[in-house]
Amino acid sequence: MTRFAIPIAVFVALVALLGVGLKLDPREVPSPLIGKPAPHFELPQLHETSKTFTERDMLGKVWVLNVWASWCVSCREEHPVLLDLAASGAVPVYGLNYKDKREDGLAWLKGMGDPYELSIYDFDGRVGIDYGVYGVPETYVIDKAGVIRYKRIGPLTPQIVKEKVLPLVRELERA
Amino acid sequence: MIPELGQVALALALCLALAQGLLGLLGAARGEAVWMAATRSAARGQFVFVAIAFACLTASFVSNDFTVAYVATNSNSALPLHYRVAGVWGGHEGSMLLWVLMLSVWTFGVTLFSRHLPQEMVARVLGVMGLVSVGFLLFILFTSNPFVRLFPAPPDGRDLNPLLQDPGMVMHPPMLYMGYVGFSIAFAFAVAALLSGRLDAAWARWSRPWTTAAWCFLTVGIALGSGWAYYELGWGGWWFWDPVENASFMPWLIGTGLIHSLAVTEKRGAFRSWTVLLAILAFALSLLGTFLVRSGVLTSVHAFATDPTRGIFILALLVIVIGGSLLLYVWRAPKIGLGGDFEPLSRETLLLANNVIFSAAAGSVLLGTLYPLALDATGLGKLSVGPPYFEIVFTVLMTPALVLMGIGPLARWKKASLPDLASRLRWALAAAVIAALALPFAMGRWGALVALGLLLAAWVAASGFVQLYEKVRNAAGGASAWARLQSVPRATYGMLLAHFGVAVFVVGVTLVKGYESEKDVRMEPGDTVELGGYTFRFDGVRDVQGPNYVAGRAQIAVTRNGSLVTTLYPEKRIYRVQNQPMTEAAIDTGFTRDLYVSLGDAVSDTAWLVRVHHKPFIDWIWGGCLLMALGGALAASDRRYRLAARRPQEQYAAAAAR
Repeated sequence: MTRFAIPIAVFVALVALLGVGLKLDPREVPSPLIGKPAPHFELPQLHETSKTFTERDMLGKVWVLNVWASWCVSCREEHPVLLDLAASGAVPVYGLNYKDKREDGLAWLKGMGDPYELSIYDFDGRVGIDYGVYGVPETYVIDKAGVIRYKRIGPLTPQIVKEKVLPLVRELERA
Repeated sequence: MIPELGQVALALALCLALAQGLLGLLGAARGEAVWMAATRSAARGQFVFVAIAFACLTASFVSNDFTVAYVATNSNSALPLHYRVAGVWGGHEGSMLLWVLMLSVWTFGVTLFSRHLPQEMVARVLGVMGLVSVGFLLFILFTSNPFVRLFPAPPDGRDLNPLLQDPGMVMHPPMLYMGYVGFSIAFAFAVAALLSGRLDAAWARWSRPWTTAAWCFLTVGIALGSGWAYYELGWGGWWFWDPVENASFMPWLIGTGLIHSLAVTEKRGAFRSWTVLLAILAFALSLLGTFLVRSGVLTSVHAFATDPTRGIFILALLVIVIGGSLLLYVWRAPKIGLGGDFEPLSRETLLLANNVIFSAAAGSVLLGTLYPLALDATGLGKLSVGPPYFEIVFTVLMTPALVLMGIGPLARWKKASLPDLASRLRWALAAAVIAALALPFAMGRWGALVALGLLLAAWVAASGFVQLYEKVRNAAGGASAWARLQSVPRATYGMLLAHFGVAVFVVGVTLVKGYESEKDVRMEPGDTVELGGYTFRFDGVRDVQGPNYVAGRAQIAVTRNGSLVTTLYPEKRIYRVQNQPMTEAAIDTGFTRDLYVSLGDAVSDTAWLVRVHHKPFIDWIWGGCLLMALGGALAASDRRYRLAARRPQEQYAAAAAR
């Protein structure tokens, strides 16, 4: 009797849809910042607060900005990936220490290893607002002209580094 | 040490669940009495070990053991004790553990209250539940282990999401999960019946109280979630048609259909294939809800940290459990046969309409929830389906449902007569029409939608009184009114109460939608604003310290005709660890209206944005839900289900022979 098979037919269609849905990322809302110049900041460095750092210092280079905090559990998960990326020398990685206590941030880098050329210190999260940070960690790839080319919300994985970040960096280096 | 103990307990629970599933199903198939008897012990053992695992996780939260990654993510040493306990289900891993705990609690319940059922039936039911449990325990152990350690341990935890630090939120997930998971019993009974080929009145009678009980929990769980959204999110709304809300609402709709369909199957032996299908679908939608929330295919305010492997795992589980049972349905359902026949106008027909309407309603919610996903999957863009769609669909579908609800309980089985029904219901209809015409004027303004809502609510309530009057008049039990009232079965009172709850709910929704008002104003100390006949005076904001937050607390005096009604203290909190601002609305609750004040941002040193709401009859929405749940509880506890238990074997044999 075919009418008893209707529920299973609907169910199969539903599963197919959900299966496709799993591959999509509803969070991958295209960031309005992509293709725009990186918002300007000038912030004290985490290790030496008397010195500041600004995105203008990096004009002419391709670089990665990674937003992190010592209170962020996902950053722990991401940390080895960043250490590998920094050790590979493919691209300089800069840290933005976000809404953190300075001592905690320093202790964290000391204990876990420091992948960053340097970290800047954004205690009240003001720069985070300009960059549209809504979850830590976040990662940006910025090109030689200071334009944001890629943004990742959530931890980097070795796969993302291999398939997205490194090819993009190579392409931007050639440009 | 304690987390490792929990881990071991979970692994042992998995072994016992596997034993429960295999012994139950194979034992019943091969007629091995010893295997079937062992099923019950395995199920109880599983419950004990899951409970131990849950206790271990709770202990880790209570003792602030931040070496456990899940605790570090969802708790903090400054978090008050009761929220540390509730933090156990504040994230993904612990929620899944709560899910399994609920499943094992229900399973344990079945082992206790199933002595009177044939051994084969119990073994199959427990077997099916055991296999479902195996799926979820594997899911927890392989993709969502709450006991994973974190080295080096962070000095303090990341804190529980401030939105969840609320008494309503403490109770909402357990209630909701009791409902979701409770439908697994109706599902297990349906699958057991399909396997044995005996879908009869006895089967319907056994699964009825369980289904109704699960439905009660789900009703309370959804009402709690809605109430929480109302006072905690600070927008004054009570239902948002968010994908996760929809995920809990779909099983509720199908469950409501199932409860009614079961009544027909028990009383008349009809609608068997409907009933089996609804039982499978109710649990299927509970699982789908779990998938939607946990896999991250949809974004929502409920979004938890998601991970694609989890999505694939749950999808596979869905395919095995639901796909398997639907295949069984295709194979077995054609042999079910029809029950007693009935005329086009009869209680059966009216209940059939009920099944169709509730299935259609669940289908439209599913469509609205998955439509954005379907567009995204086919590359046609990203969008979301908003409240207007759902509101139109529900007005259109629920209007006939409410009309039929007034008639159904009065119609006779098999064959009803229209003139007879019309004459019995004429007073109810007259009362409803008068209420619809007159009451909106009492509220100050007549509107067509308000009148329609009140017409339907009054119709349902008035016909409920007609039903009660007729039941009492026709009841045996001696001359005194009291004796007659007592002789009406509890299940009937339950039905009447639940239907009356629907009327109360409809009144609430109608009047809030029709007459609510709100104002957003900038206020300096001493400023006043008028709304709904009340005057709100802003008396400034001062700082207060909470255990894990700092807050600005405003003082707002509410007066009516010059006399003080109440003083409200809305807060704007900043939770220190996550640096997250939260709006804590202040509400003066009343029988006929809520006054609702929430504090926005400071616009200068002394001036603040303040939002005031006047919400007529809003508490009737939740009051109605509670009456529905209470009615369900009365019906589920009817002694009929226990009395019938005394001679089940003969009944079962007789029913099977029929």
